[in-house]
Amino acid sequence: MDALLLARIQFAANISFHILFPAITIALGWVLLFFKLRFNATRDEKWMDAYRFWVKVFALSFALGVVSGITMSFQFGTNWPGFMERVGNIAGPLLAYEVLTAFFLEATFVAIMLFGLHRVPGWLHTLSTFLVAAGTTMSAFWIRVLNSWMHTPAGFELRDGVAHATDWLAIIFNPSMPYRLAHMLAASGLTVAFLLAGLSAWRWLRGDCAPGVQAALRTGVVMAAVLAPTQLVLGDMHGLNTLEHQPVKVAAMEGNWETRGHVPLLLFAVPDEAARQNRFEIGIPSGASLILRHHAEGVVPGLNDFVGEHPPVAPVFFAFRIMVGIGVLMIVMGLAGAFFLWRRGALPRPLLRGLVAMTFSGWVATLAGWYTTEIGRQPWLVHGVLTTAEAAGPVPAASIGTTLAMYLVLYAVLLAAYVATLYRLAARGRMLPEAAPAARVPAE
Amino acid sequence: MTPFLPPEWLPLVFAGLMAAAILAYVVLDGFDLGVGILLPGAAGEAERDRMVAAIGPFWDANETWLVLGVGLLLVAFPAAHGMVLTELYLPVALMLIALTFRGVAFEFRAKAADARGKRRWDAAFFGGSLLAALSQGWMLGRYVLGFDPSPAAQGFAAMCAAGLAIAYVFIGAAWLVWRTEGALQRRAIGWARAAIWPMGLGILLVSAVTPLVSERIFRRWFDVPEVLLLAPLPLATAALLFGIAALLRHMPLPGDALRRVPFWGAVGLFCLFFAGLAWSFFPYVVPERLTIWEAASAPESLTIILLGALFVLPVILAYTVVAWRVFGGKAKALTYH
Repeated sequence: MDALLLARIQFAANISFHILFPAITIALGWVLLFFKLRFNATRDEKWMDAYRFWVKVFALSFALGVVSGITMSFQFGTNWPGFMERVGNIAGPLLAYEVLTAFFLEATFVAIMLFGLHRVPGWLHTLSTFLVAAGTTMSAFWIRVLNSWMHTPAGFELRDGVAHATDWLAIIFNPSMPYRLAHMLAASGLTVAFLLAGLSAWRWLRGDCAPGVQAALRTGVVMAAVLAPTQLVLGDMHGLNTLEHQPVKVAAMEGNWETRGHVPLLLFAVPDEAARQNRFEIGIPSGASLILRHHAEGVVPGLNDFVGEHPPVAPVFFAFRIMVGIGVLMIVMGLAGAFFLWRRGALPRPLLRGLVAMTFSGWVATLAGWYTTEIGRQPWLVHGVLTTAEAAGPVPAASIGTTLAMYLVLYAVLLAAYVATLYRLAARGRMLPEAAPAARVPAE
Repeated sequence: MTPFLPPEWLPLVFAGLMAAAILAYVVLDGFDLGVGILLPGAAGEAERDRMVAAIGPFWDANETWLVLGVGLLLVAFPAAHGMVLTELYLPVALMLIALTFRGVAFEFRAKAADARGKRRWDAAFFGGSLLAALSQGWMLGRYVLGFDPSPAAQGFAAMCAAGLAIAYVFIGAAWLVWRTEGALQRRAIGWARAAIWPMGLGILLVSAVTPLVSERIFRRWFDVPEVLLLAPLPLATAALLFGIAALLRHMPLPGDALRRVPFWGAVGLFCLFFAGLAWSFFPYVVPERLTIWEAASAPESLTIILLGALFVLPVILAYTVVAWRVFGGKAKALTYH
């Protein structure tokens, strides 16, 4: 394999591993603040029980996010020196603001949040929890600003091939930023909603029906019921924004080879890039035209307009379908869960099992979404400004391959240890063991 | 955006900020890594727990200075960043993997299923700390000699690797002298005594080699009047080394007096050594190849970062002080509740 492809795989491996943990900590920080505030308001111990369990999950996820984030901060220079040479004037300040406004904040106050409960006054502990949640969200904001700018660059001019900032507000509020940020924050919310619900449902099915478990289960289900439909709307808006600014990506997502009207919404197909057509198509007639143009004759851009400069079609096509498929499942599970809580005050066992199965579904959907949008940007690194190949460095393929193998082993070990630790915490963390499981239902 | 500083000043300011961030990292994560390297020397699980508790609330913020340091290199001197990080590709990757093991071990060891699992994560903690220290020292050695590929230069890098690891052991031991008590504190005093002279030798070695790197650096140290103006650097280093060594021979003192002194003395030594290096290499950001002015980003981008840094850095320092006060004094058992 050549150095460029290896560098891409390595970067993708690192950022994929990294995003798993911010996807949890961004929203879990706010959930912990919610537990803490509920406890402050009601003095009901169940909220503190839920807090004490989930803060351990937060601590573990946060540590993994920090160490993998440090790797990311080096990967720009080691794998893509051309990126910083060409667009460093834009990317640099955005990354610097992330470190200054977010990293130190969360790194410092997470210590007080985790270990300071009995060392600081209650208000300072609550404030620390808030600052950690705000820090993780701020970090997401700056990263989304930079990532969006790479898709829809604005507010700059090229001098001798190097980007110079002309308008920082246009850079920060670039055309796709609000959509990407909202989509990612909702994705984090859904990842946490199903983690809360899934792990709590697992404990419930094992007979651990303490009030703290119920509180987390209900919180997760309600979050899913609210956020999953919201994400559908946000995703649609994001898609329309992409259609406007990166039509080639939408063409790949829809597997649409010809620019035309009456484009079907493909539920399944196998894109064949050599023959420039799909095999085994199953679709809803005019569906894509309806979604993207709001009428059946709507013309949807096709890959024929971008021959030789469009992304690989199959990965974008399939990743998009995996993301949407999980999103639809999330809506069904969230609404069903909310319905049963509302009408019966309890969740039936099959639904609990379904929630257990979907514990990590947020991770899969988040990664699939990232692959859709990032592979969909290829061959560009910064759309229309810099190609990925131009940004690669002089490091020999052997070095990249060796370190890639090391990273992959490392990540496999850590991921296994992480998931095993979550279930071990859940298995031994029985809350209020005196509570008789049979006497309780998962309701208030 | 109009720069509020003359443009030629901006690279200077950023070189200063970057140097400060790297120095802060070396001092702060230095003691974390040192404690990690010392972990196998503890007598039993309770002592290991106490050693980890002595750095548990600090390591995360400490490590963030590395991100700021390399981040400033990235944003302010992108050309140098690419050159340095591609030259140091393998040691950087090793350091990152080592720091990953070290960082997650804090959490995993506390949540391990049984004593065996915990010992395994303790091994990861020790191994990660040692490998991170060695690879940082290796990078220092490669950097000082301008990435010279000759075997002699590699040998020098290997010595720097050992030297920095020992320096971290010293500052880690000094931290434990301050933050622990009883048998563990006495053990830490012993570690500090054992590490101080090997560290002194390492300082001497790097200081002796650096002026030989180029005639420019040699003249910078040994021309008159520089040699007189710079004399306080080696003299103060020697005075600190002998002073701390003498103090350590008499510790622990009644009432735990002067318990902070070895640590702050170590900080002083790190600062003096760093100042010497900075004096040697200024104004080069890649030794003898690229100056800070050649490598700097566009002034308008540096200005916008500087504006943010001027507002935010004082806030960061303020809440760092708050955290140090909250977790001041002798280390206690770390629990979530």
